Amino acid sequence: MSKSVWLGGCAAAALMFCAPAIVTAQDDAADRELVINGEIEIVTEADAPAHLENMSTIRSGWTFRSPETQTMQMDDFDNPGTLGVEAAREAFSADLGNGESCAGCHESPEELAGVRAVYPKWDADAGAVQTIEMQINECITERAGAEAWGYDSGEMIDMSALMSFVSRGEAVNVAIDGPAAETWEKGKEIYYTRYGQLELSCANCHEDNYDNMIRADHLSQGQINGFPTYRLKNAKLNSVQGRFKGCVRDTRAETFSPGSPEFVALELYVASRGNGLSVEGPAVRN
Amino acid sequence: MTRIERRAVGAAIAALIAAAPLWAAEAVAPDAVNFTDVGGIAESLSGTPGDVENGAALMNKGAGNCIACHQVTALNDLPFHGEVGPSLDGVGERWDEAQIRGIVADAKKTFPGTIMPSFYKTGPYERPGDGYTGKAAQGELDPLLTAQDVEDVVAFLMTLDTYPE
Ligand code: HEC
Ligand code: HEC
Repeated sequence: MSKSVWLGGCAAAALMFCAPAIVTAQDDAADRELVINGEIEIVTEADAPAHLENMSTIRSGWTFRSPETQTMQMDDFDNPGTLGVEAAREAFSADLGNGESCAGCHESPEELAGVRAVYPKWDADAGAVQTIEMQINECITERAGAEAWGYDSGEMIDMSALMSFVSRGEAVNVAIDGPAAETWEKGKEIYYTRYGQLELSCANCHEDNYDNMIRADHLSQGQINGFPTYRLKNAKLNSVQGRFKGCVRDTRAETFSPGSPEFVALELYVASRGNGLSVEGPAVRN
Repeated sequence: MTRIERRAVGAAIAALIAAAPLWAAEAVAPDAVNFTDVGGIAESLSGTPGDVENGAALMNKGAGNCIACHQVTALNDLPFHGEVGPSLDGVGERWDEAQIRGIVADAKKTFPGTIMPSFYKTGPYERPGDGYTGKAAQGELDPLLTAQDVEDVVAFLMTLDTYPE
């Protein structure tokens, strides 16, 4: 093969990547602003946190969705995820099976406003980084002395949605230093590992190719500030780690399980990539 | 002769050779492929000429699914072409057949670190799965495409030698 053919191919490939994005309806969607119920202002675009080496701007998954899907999240009456929040509100003061309830310790869900924004978080007693689901289960078992909920069960996802709901608008701000640093490093390594027979890392899709179409999907940055998300595709609330599992499965890999140390580390790392965006769960996605 | 005619004659001769049992070649195993130092593969992997139509089908469905990442004007009847890789229009003009075979079989040999999956490779992989089940792979994995699939896809790509508007 001649050298000119070789260079020609490379230049052609490079051109494709440098060309400005084609203007589509979705570019307009990226310029819209998210205000929920006409009152909760959501930061959907922000400067990247200092630890991010390859990106200067971070964007919520909301900015990548169609105007129709975006609009559903702008009013709680239109957001089907609100049903899960309402169910969790009842569960909050309901009997956990032994006469205890969340309301026994916390006056109202609103008292927990802001909590979601700093999770996953180092827990000194547990000696480990905990997700909000792990913290909920710690309350259920150790404080209330009741039976643990399934990590990825419907009742857990609903309660996680309630925790997001009362924190909406708060800036995501997970700590990555101190005792959390080791877990964060592990999560970062997982984020950049190319898994499965397709040898794809999270970064291949969500860092190198966000805003590109992959088949019929408009790739976002894979941020998790909107979780749990109500997906139109499966018509239910989906947990963060359930989503991770789906993405790893799509690389033809053996996935990790929700609640596994690997996914907890990955969640801390991915959450930290969104430091500065607002908590907006339960978000609506396709 | 035009490029297409040359290719047709070449294919006819190759077909004749393949039809004769004496020359019938065995597929080159994924771990026995000889790559040139720029990542091409000079010889056919199957010994049987590629089928353009089947190649076009593999661009869309199954383990190929190339248009998930690439736009191809000749396949415009199919919806949703991706933007992750470059358009493949004119690819048969930009590259020679050996290089295209190498790119389809294992693009990482031509473009180090590329996101493009390796279609004629069996490992090693990080946590290989059993297809799209999310479960661990059971034993040895087959390559994503067979030797003949690769030849079929290459034959299709070689027909993309123009730059449609
Ligand atoms: C083959 C490409 C691909 C890979 C690899 C991949 N994803 Fe995704 N991911 C998608 C697509 C497509 C979607 C749906 C559209 C979107 O939001 O980007 C998605 C969605 C997501 C979402 C939902 C975002 C939202 O706002 O609802 C998260 C979170 C996510 N991915 C995280 C990850 C993580 C973490 C990894 C690695 C373990 C990963 N993804 C690997 C393709 C991929
Ligand atoms: C996950 C994305 C992805 C998939 C799937 C994919 N490719 Fe690619 N392909 C790429 C990227 C990205 C490049 C550009 C090389 C680079 O710089 O990384 C590329 C480059 C190429 C090139 C060289 C293009 C040129 O103009 O120089 C050919 C030919 C090609 N791919 C063919 C295929 C075929 C055939 C398939 C399916 C059997 C396929 N690709 C599947 C991402 C992909």
